[in-house]
Amino acid sequence: MGCLESLPYEVLLARVSFKEAREFLARYPEKYDVEPGYRIFDIRIIGVPPIRIAIDGDAVLFPFTKPCHGTFLVRVQGAAEEIERLRARKK
Amino acid sequence: MADDTPGRTALLVMGCPKVPVQTSLVLYLAGRMKKAGVRTIIAGTPSARQLIRVADSEGHYIAEMKDLDQVINQLAEQTLTVSESYVYVHNDAGVSYAASIQSLTGAPVTAIIFGEEAGSVSAEITFPCTVIAEPATHNPMPLKKKIDEAAPWDV
Repeated sequence: MGCLESLPYEVLLARVSFKEAREFLARYPEKYDVEPGYRIFDIRIIGVPPIRIAIDGDAVLFPFTKPCHGTFLVRVQGAAEEIERLRARKK
Repeated sequence: MADDTPGRTALLVMGCPKVPVQTSLVLYLAGRMKKAGVRTIIAGTPSARQLIRVADSEGHYIAEMKDLDQVINQLAEQTLTVSESYVYVHNDAGVSYAASIQSLTGAPVTAIIFGEEAGSVSAEITFPCTVIAEPATHNPMPLKKKIDEAAPWDV
């Protein structure tokens, strides 16, 4: 599985609950729900459905959960391909 | 290639190993499953797996162990199929993993919840899942008793 460290990411929320990460994304007008295990940047997203991913300009915002550290809400810029893939799912 | 091993395959998913009872309860359930002839796969982080490997260095209780990320990947790609899962949970991340395992496998999931926050963590379970919970941190016996009552190896 891919590693977040290889991406130009920014942490918006750290060590929060999955629910808190989802609620934070409510402020973004463009967002999509994906199923657990959805692959983004070669990372499988872990979470309680509905798992929300938001788009902000050319950035994508998604929850990243690790067993010992909880959930981080991260923002990765320059995500044109992933954004296109998310938008295509909506159709 | 898809794993098409016939019969029962139980997946035991470990969370962060910082709460002592987890390793003991994983070894216990794995041993009971093994004795009952159930194929058992233990998945966890490197440190959680090392605790198991050192405690059962000769493999009396355990059989297969896999990296947690690898298992998630295999379940998502449907190259691994399991008949049931037991997810060890003591925090919010554990709930996320239990929900994901349930969604990815479509098979019965049991959340074995422990730690000081067992009550509030149990309340976060909002998806189809059997819950076995006890606020245990150091003493595994109350949870062992509940696991014995459920006797998943007999199902």
